Amino acid sequence: MLESKTIKRTVLSLLMVAVIMLVAAATCAAGDPSGINTGGIADITAAEAGKPTLEEVAATVGHNKISINIMWTLITGFLVMFMQAGFALVETGFTRAKNAAETMSMNFIVYVIGMTGYWICGYALQMGGVGAVAALGGTPGLDSEFTISLFGKDFGLFGMKGFFLGGDTYDVGVFTLFLFQMVFMDTAATIPTGAMAERWSFKNFCFFAFFMSMFVYPLFANWVWGGGWLSQLGKNFGLGHGHVDFAGSSVVHAVGGIAALAGAMVLGPRLGKYTKDGKSIALPGHDIPMALLGTFILAFGWFGFNPGSTLSGTDLRIGVIAVNTMLASASGCLVAMMYMWLTTGKPDPSMAANGLLAGLVAITAPCAFVTSASAFLIGAIAGWLVCLAVLFIDQKLMIDDPVGAISVHGVNGIWGVLSLGLFADGTYGDGWNGVEGTVKGLFYGDASQFVAQCVGSLVVIVFVYTAFYAFFKVCATVWGIRVDPEVEMEGLDIPEVGSLAYPEFTLVSPHGGFGGSVGGGSAGKAAMALQSMSLRTDEA
Amino acid sequence: MKKIEAIIKPFKLDEVKEALTKLGIQGMSVSEVKGFGRQKGHTELYRGAEYVVDFLPKVKIEILIEDEKAAAVTDAIVTAARTGRIGDGKIFVSPVDDAVRIRTGERGESAI
Repeated sequence: MLESKTIKRTVLSLLMVAVIMLVAAATCAAGDPSGINTGGIADITAAEAGKPTLEEVAATVGHNKISINIMWTLITGFLVMFMQAGFALVETGFTRAKNAAETMSMNFIVYVIGMTGYWICGYALQMGGVGAVAALGGTPGLDSEFTISLFGKDFGLFGMKGFFLGGDTYDVGVFTLFLFQMVFMDTAATIPTGAMAERWSFKNFCFFAFFMSMFVYPLFANWVWGGGWLSQLGKNFGLGHGHVDFAGSSVVHAVGGIAALAGAMVLGPRLGKYTKDGKSIALPGHDIPMALLGTFILAFGWFGFNPGSTLSGTDLRIGVIAVNTMLASASGCLVAMMYMWLTTGKPDPSMAANGLLAGLVAITAPCAFVTSASAFLIGAIAGWLVCLAVLFIDQKLMIDDPVGAISVHGVNGIWGVLSLGLFADGTYGDGWNGVEGTVKGLFYGDASQFVAQCVGSLVVIVFVYTAFYAFFKVCATVWGIRVDPEVEMEGLDIPEVGSLAYPEFTLVSPHGGFGGSVGGGSAGKAAMALQSMSLRTDEA
Repeated sequence: MKKIEAIIKPFKLDEVKEALTKLGIQGMSVSEVKGFGRQKGHTELYRGAEYVVDFLPKVKIEILIEDEKAAAVTDAIVTAARTGRIGDGKIFVSPVDDAVRIRTGERGESAI
């Protein structure tokens, strides 16, 4: 039985509790929904909290500047890592379904093998002697470069610190630089998998990935970016600012493209690609949407590739770099598409994609140094060059490149560094490679810069081609680098990686058969013998 | 009983199916096939290289029907599947020894 007295007492007590809670809430610190009051003088590290000295404020400012740079380098590095997915989709889309699991696997595994090889010694050979990278806080430990003396000048050849990122290279800036440089190396490493797809042995691909990441890429990259001799052509011989390559038209794309050329030449064409009279037979890709999606992913990742190469989010040239990059991609694609439309009657999507990528490859070196009009023009010429190169390499040289890697990366990587030597306009790059003044090309008054670019181009072609031709030739002779003809006809998926990409589908060639007789190469002759054998069996 | 095999252009399948159900056909089997006739496909260009498309995708419809209805069914398919352009397809009519309904074990015309 509830008396009215008890009810009144209970209600009053509840009211009192409510009032106390409201008052308490009102006197507590209020939230900051607009953010105006979040972060202030109390957040400056100071001996006397809330009363920092000028030195303490300056220290925080300096720390924040490096923080922005490190964050920028890391995040753009993450974007470039995502380009691996782009390459995987482009290459798998442009090749046949029966090889899709194996093609994807190569692009997948190149990331992990590349990273391992680079951590073991690649990074050290490339950057071990680069010195203090100011934007990332000074990168201590990268202070030993193997140098020889020629013509009375120092020729830096490779770095000697940073193996396994050990010793005094265990530093936030050095690690950040490792991540950023590793994903660039991996871009070069994944390019040849496209040119060599559909007949390359997975085992040899694994060895290739170690060879590229541990030795070939790091050496050339040291010469251009690690303080090595190509970067010192300006200081030593008065050739402009030395060989300049902002984000890697030569260091990454030409290296990849020329390795692809050497590999494709040693490997030989796919069975059925060329007839006995040298006619090129089309072996169409199995998923054009996949390939174009991959191209978009690459274009997106390139926003990390080029602007990220400032290694600095406080170097506001990044806005110009990003816009130059996207403009060149557009003009490259437009020109390639128009070229195919006018010469063959259809705007071939695969060539449009190649054109977009060619524009990006070409602008990669000059992106920081040119006007937007120059960027558009450089991309346009790249789009034209890639069409000419694809047709020339396929039909005249009879080198089988299923995805156009040699044309996109090799040819336009060279065009990229040469175009820098022509179009660099002197609005950026003061003190580049230790040479006073901004970077200028031939059209802006510095012919010697163009010469330096030519030297770098020659070196990348000779060095990379020789290194990889020798590598593939030795491997081919000793172990073989190509799958058996039976494997190639059936598809590499089960024999090489034990998994079918599309187990629920019966895959039939678009021609319904072989698509023409085979020419050239020992594998080709074997395939011809195979074909004639099976014909004899049918007749019997 | 007759078996009617009709190879038609894939996009004509719905029209043919409609025409056959209007005739009272109880069932059919459909498969995806590739083939060519007298004109042997056509040539395309892929990245500048010629690409001869020998085998074109087609659809094959298989129907079992009583002898008396075979002519009407064949005519219906022809009318529905014809576009007047090359590649319209072909119909083959053949005699059938027997048919069995698996669920009940019925044989002969009551099985179709």
